[in-house]
This record gives sequence, C-alpha cells and structure tokens, in this order.
Amino acid sequence: MLIAVILGFIFAILVSFFSRFFKKAIPFVYSLLPLSLFIFFLQFLGEIKSKGHILFHYQWIPSLGIDLSFRLDGLSLLFALMITGIGALVFIYTTYYLKGHKYLDRFYGYLSMFMASMLGVVLSDNLMSMFIFWELTSISSYFLIGFNNEDPASRKSALTALSITGFGGLVMLSGIILLQAVGGSYSFTELLNSSEIIKNSTSYGWIIALFFVGAFTKSAQFPFHFWLPGAMKAPTPVSTYLHSATMVKAGIYLLARFTPLLGDTFWWNSTLITVGAVTMVYAAIHSVLRVDLKSILAYSTISALGILVFLIGIGTEKALLAAGIFILAHALYKAALFLITGIIDHETGSRDVTKLAGLQQVMMPVAVAGFIAALSSAGVPLLLGFISKEVMYEATLQFGNWAIILTALAVLTKILLLVAGFWAGIKPFTGALPEEFKKAKLPSPLLWVPPLLLGIMSLGFGAFPSLIGQTLIQPVFSSISGTDTVIQLKLWHGFNLVLILSIFTLVSGGALYWFLKPSKEIFQKTLRFESISPQNIIESGSKIFASFAGIWTRFFQNGYLRNYVITILAFLTLLMAYRLFGGVNIYVDWEQISPVSHYEIIVVVLMIISILFAISTNSRSVSIVALGVVGFANCLFFLFYSAPDLAMTQFSIDTLTVLLFMLVLVKLPKNKQYSSKGIKVRDAVLSLMFGTLIAILTLEVFEEPSSYEVSKYFADNAYLLAKGRNVVNVILVDYRGFDTMIETVVLVIAAVGVYSLIKLDLNPSKKDL
Amino acid sequence: MEILLIIIIGLLHAGGLYMLLRRSMFKMIIGLILLGNGANLLIFLLGRLVKGHPPVIEDGMKVFADIYADPVPQALVLTAIVIGFGLQSFAIILIKRVYNVLHTDDLDELNSTDEEI
Repeated sequence: MLIAVILGFIFAILVSFFSRFFKKAIPFVYSLLPLSLFIFFLQFLGEIKSKGHILFHYQWIPSLGIDLSFRLDGLSLLFALMITGIGALVFIYTTYYLKGHKYLDRFYGYLSMFMASMLGVVLSDNLMSMFIFWELTSISSYFLIGFNNEDPASRKSALTALSITGFGGLVMLSGIILLQAVGGSYSFTELLNSSEIIKNSTSYGWIIALFFVGAFTKSAQFPFHFWLPGAMKAPTPVSTYLHSATMVKAGIYLLARFTPLLGDTFWWNSTLITVGAVTMVYAAIHSVLRVDLKSILAYSTISALGILVFLIGIGTEKALLAAGIFILAHALYKAALFLITGIIDHETGSRDVTKLAGLQQVMMPVAVAGFIAALSSAGVPLLLGFISKEVMYEATLQFGNWAIILTALAVLTKILLLVAGFWAGIKPFTGALPEEFKKAKLPSPLLWVPPLLLGIMSLGFGAFPSLIGQTLIQPVFSSISGTDTVIQLKLWHGFNLVLILSIFTLVSGGALYWFLKPSKEIFQKTLRFESISPQNIIESGSKIFASFAGIWTRFFQNGYLRNYVITILAFLTLLMAYRLFGGVNIYVDWEQISPVSHYEIIVVVLMIISILFAISTNSRSVSIVALGVVGFANCLFFLFYSAPDLAMTQFSIDTLTVLLFMLVLVKLPKNKQYSSKGIKVRDAVLSLMFGTLIAILTLEVFEEPSSYEVSKYFADNAYLLAKGRNVVNVILVDYRGFDTMIETVVLVIAAVGVYSLIKLDLNPSKKDL
Repeated sequence: MEILLIIIIGLLHAGGLYMLLRRSMFKMIIGLILLGNGANLLIFLLGRLVKGHPPVIEDGMKVFADIYADPVPQALVLTAIVIGFGLQSFAIILIKRVYNVLHTDDLDELNSTDEEI
C-alpha cells in the first residue's frame, strides 16, 4: 500500500529528471501508472465489502505520533478508484491533447505527483500525514494551474488558488492539533472510539469550525469558491482531473470522513446545510449566466460541490447515501463534460457557447458522449444521475419542518444545473454548423474514447444499479454513516412525490433550456456586481493586509541601524524593568563591599567627569582626550585591584588609540549637530534606563555567590603543569593558547585592513595602470 | 567601593549607548569604545576585588600560599582589550576613509549604495 501511494512521487521525480533519455512513444507508457494502480485498487473491492476496512501501518515519526498508516474502507476506496481511474483516462487523453508540448514531461510529473498526494489524502489514517498530502495536492495544483507559465493570468490564478487552499490547509492543521489534544490521537481509527468525548468537549465548536474552513476552501464553497473558476486557466485535462473529479472533492471527502466522528450535532448540520445551500444555488445561477464553456462547467462544479456539502449537512442515512452516489455520478459526467469541452476547444479553438453549434456533423462520437453526460447531469432515468437525484429528493423531503424549503432549493439547483449541463453537452452539437467551424474534424480516438467510456459507465451503472450497489456504494455508505444499514439502489421507486418532482425538474429544465439562450449581454450585466463579489472583498482584504505588513515592516525595518538598536534595547529594558520591579529584591550586602580610600574616590570622580566630557563636548580633540582619560582611569582600577597585566595592556592600548585618533581624525571638520533636541532627550532617557539596568544587573550578579573551581584549577596547576608563575599569562598562552593564536590572527587581519585602507587609491591615475 | 564601580559601569554603558545612537560616525566610535570599557570593567568586577595580591605565584613557591585575585576574568578582559583595539583602529581608519571619499560624517547619508566612488 505504501508503494502504491509513493509510486507517483517516485515516478514524478524520474520523469522530471530522466525524461530526456526517453523517446516520444513514452507518454503511453506513463498512462500505465494510473491504470495499474486502478487495477490494484479494484482487487480490494471484495475484501472491503466483507471486512469493512483494512489498515496498513508503517512507522514514520513515532516520537511525534506521526505514522504512515493507511486506512482503506468504502469511502477511500471509492476515491482511490476515481483518482486512478479518471487519472488513467486523463493521462491517455493528455498524450494527444498536449502532443508535442515542450513541457509535456513536466506536466506528467506534476500530474503523477498530484495523483500520489491525492491518494495519500484519501488513504491516510494518520491525520498529520493526511495534512501533508493535503498540502501537496494544493502545491501540485498550483503548478498545474500555472502550467502556461508565460501567461500572467495563469500565474495569478495559480497564486490565488494556492493562497486560498493553503490558508484553508493551515487552518485545518490547527483543527487537527486541537482534535489530537482532545481525542488523544492522530489516528482516525483510534479517534472514532472517542467520538462522544470529542463532541462533548468545550473545544468541539472550534474543531469543527477549523475543519470547515479547510474543507470549504478546498471544495470551493461560498465565499471561498472564486479560486475554482480562476483555476480553469489550467489545461483542460487538469480541470477535468483536479478541479472537477478529484481534488475539489477532497473537502467533501474530509466532511464525509469525519461525519461519523464529528457529525450529527446541531452546529455541524446547520452550518453545512446553510453553506451548501448558499453555494449550490449561488453557483447554479452563475453557471447559467456564463458563456464560456469552462466557466459554465466551473460554476456547475461548485454548485455540485455545494449539493454534496448540503447532503452531508442533512446527515440522515438517505442524505449520506445520496452524497455517496452523487460523488460518483458527478465525477463521471462532469469529467466527461470537461474532456468534451477540451476536444471542442482543441478542434475549433473556441469555447464560446453562443457560437458553438452543429458539431455532431463532424464529431459524432464526441456528440454521443456529450449527450450521455448532459442527460446524466440532468438526471434522466437510466443514468446514474437519475438515481442520485431521486435519493437526494427523498432525503430533503424527509427533513422535518424544513423539508419544503430544502426540497425547493434542491429542485431549483437541479433545474439550473440541467440547463448548464445541456449547454455544455448538447448545445455545441445540435443545430446548424457555423461556417467558421467547417474545418473542424474528428480528433484521434485518444481524445474521444475517454469521455465516451465515462458516458458508458454512467449509463451502465444507471441502468443496472445493482452493478455497484452492493460492491461499491454499500461500503461507501457504511463508512460515511458509520452504521450497518443495508441499502437498496433501485431504478423504479414507484409512482410517488419524488417521481413527480423528478419529472417537474426535467420538464421545467427542458423548458428553460428552450427559452433561455446563453447570452453575452446578460453576462456583461452581472459584471456590475463584481465589486461586491466575495473574490473582490477577499482580494482587497489581502491587499489591506499586505499594506499593513508593509507599514509594519517599514516601521521596524526602516534601514537605520540605530533605530533597530533603540527598538531592541527599549524592549529589553522595559521587559527587564517589569520583572525587576515585579518582585526581585534589590539589596546590597554591605559585608561584601570593600571600603573606599581617598585615592580611589579621586579616580572615580575623574572617570565620571571624563565620561561626561566625552559625551557632551562638541570638539573632537576634547572628546578624544576625555576618552583617553577614561581609559587611563580604567587602567588605574586594574592596577589597584591586583591586575598588573591588564593595567599594562590597557595603558599601551589606550595610548595607541588616542594617538591614532588624534593623527587621523583631528583634521576632520568640527562636529555638526545632526539630531534635534527631542531625539537627544529620547536617546538620553533610553541610555540612562539601559545604564541603570546594567548597573542593577551587575549588582544582582555580584550578590550571587560564585564558584571559583575553574580559577582554582588554573591557579593550582599553573606552575606544576605549565611551569609558569604568572597565572593570567599561563591561561592565555598555555591553557587557552589556541584562542590566543586566533586572536592574533584577528589582529593581523585588522592590521592588514587598516594598512590597505590607508594605501587604497580609489582613483588611480592612468600611468599606474 | 564596588558600589562606586557599579555606578561607573552603568554610566559607561549609558554614555556608550547614547553616543552609539548619534548620527555622526565619530561619535559612534566614541560610543563603541565607552561600551567596551564598561564591559571590561563589568567582567573584571565580577571576579571580585582583591587588593595587592596579583595572581602571580611567588618565587620559590609552587602554589599560592596566600589569597590571590581571580585570574580567569583577567585573562578574559585582556583578550577583550586587545580585540577591542583591533576593532577600534580599523573603525577609525574606515571612517577617515569614508570621509575622504564622501565628505560626510553623517551615517544617514551613507544609506544609498549607488554612491559614485
């Protein structure tokens, strides 16, 4: 199982590095990867049906509780089959669709990376590894949307999609961590046992809110839906695969997966119903306002995702069953519609639904596929879409007081989606063929066989629901609902309210298709509301955030080093002052303090005066001299307190510094006054606070008893081991000899630097060259 | 006496920081040197003050017979003084050079990197 998931990543790496060694025939070989995985997953059908779920466990980071454990049950098997099955068709389709594209290998690399990550999402039992795969799908989707990397619009859409889904992923991560904190495990299977504890905990609201944001962003729910139409900038195979059949369903997967764990509470149901209903109606209305085939499909996909969220929100057994069937039905017909759109685009160069017509004259098989897909999307009997629609109406009708409203919303959405589906699947093929498309011809079977195959599946599963009823849908239903109820898929439910609603949907949808023609004018009118669309609001929100970040950064990273120093030290001082005033007992242990003699007082006074001079004077020479005095006073302190070596060093160095200063700098003009009085006062206050802080800290440290073990070791062994009487010298040249050597090197570097700065001639005259 | 030294250490740090925050490069170096002196004195003080007993073993003895000043901070400070000198001399020459080329002592006029040199 691990290999099945990882294979796509290995393949992606191989393709991107070694493709140049392969020849052109190789794209067909690529398609073997999803195909073989599809067959691999098919063989689990029987086992899942009998056992319920299978766990595969591989250790990864045991110390953090993160494992690569995979859980294969009905839900994940359905997704795995969709991912690999539709993946195989898309791989085959792409061989012709992008034939001869210079980055074809790269495309396959991204595509297989996506497939592997998506498999990881639906198979992971460990929530952390699921999160990692989840983010990997966002990243591969980013690459695929931006595949036409020279088109700025592509890049922008890719970035929008990545920021929305990436943001949602991060929010979900916090949800996962919170869930782990409450439930005590990252493993979904283990968490299932503590479902009641989690639902009753105080964090429950937060957990579901965080998960909702993750699911809604991924599955393009209102108000995060707008990245999906933008993502249609990707090549059509990508739209088919990621943005209709699989990736956008990851959010649905998440909600379905967590239904037995977190579901069936008031907030869970009401939030999902509200968001789902708003999304499905909003997007369905939008889908019939568009004229670009891909936009129509994008909005109808969003609407379908809304239906799924809505159904999961209703949460009754019927609704969950409807969701399970609809996931499959939608994947089959929507992928087919996208592939057909791709063919039309490829052959005619147009996706404008107002112009396209009569193409059945030149591409009959494609027309057949489009016809089946459109009918399935409409929910015509004998097609899988019909069954899902029937069960959905049953579910909404059973929903207590709200049944009428919910059913009405569902019917409205279905009617509008019917129109959208007909526009995409039937309108381009009927009527008279316009002059400009006369040259279009039937493309290679590589393009039209995949959608036709999908259509045949819609038809087969729809006409003979028993084909999938027990093998696939039953396990899916069991894993979403967490119950053992046995389900029955029937073609004929008897003559009842549901059937009337179904007929009403078909008739009014057909009538609407007849009267409502796609029109650019209506589309233009909707643009007026663009300024209040969620996309605009969120985008301007992100702009405000960016400019706030800019202001924030410019305030702190303003390019003036001294302001950085001020910020850091002011913060440090205030923080320490807060701590010091807040309970540290500052005292002086007079026992430890040595008495003061009069010559020491003289040096102290001298030092203070010269410090003040060095700071306040405006003359360079005076401040250099004052600095010299500070150094010499320091030297005297060393001398008083038994440090002759220090005194000697300080003396010579101080002398040298003053001399150097005098020689080099005295010729500079007088100091100018750069700063205003206010700034000086501010700096002075900060400096005094900082100085006081250092003094207090010194006092505190001084009062602490200290250990002299190291000193004692050096003192005891200086003569015995190192044959030296001056302990300080012994430490420097013997015990810490290496340090001293490096220090010498540093001095040499400084000396070389000084020398070269003096000798450096920036404007050499020509004769030197 | 330690109290007086602590006051001086605080003063050196305060003065050093104040000068470091000036726009003039010359004052900045003064600030650097003051800070260095303050830090040296701080380390030295924390080795405790001992009068008249340098850490030198008397002739004919193999170990210390009497109390002695802590040699470790002294070794540290000695290193610090020397390194500090390396830094100071380099900085002094550098600002001289900058002044010769750009004719300014003002740090804020060095913010642009496109200066013709």
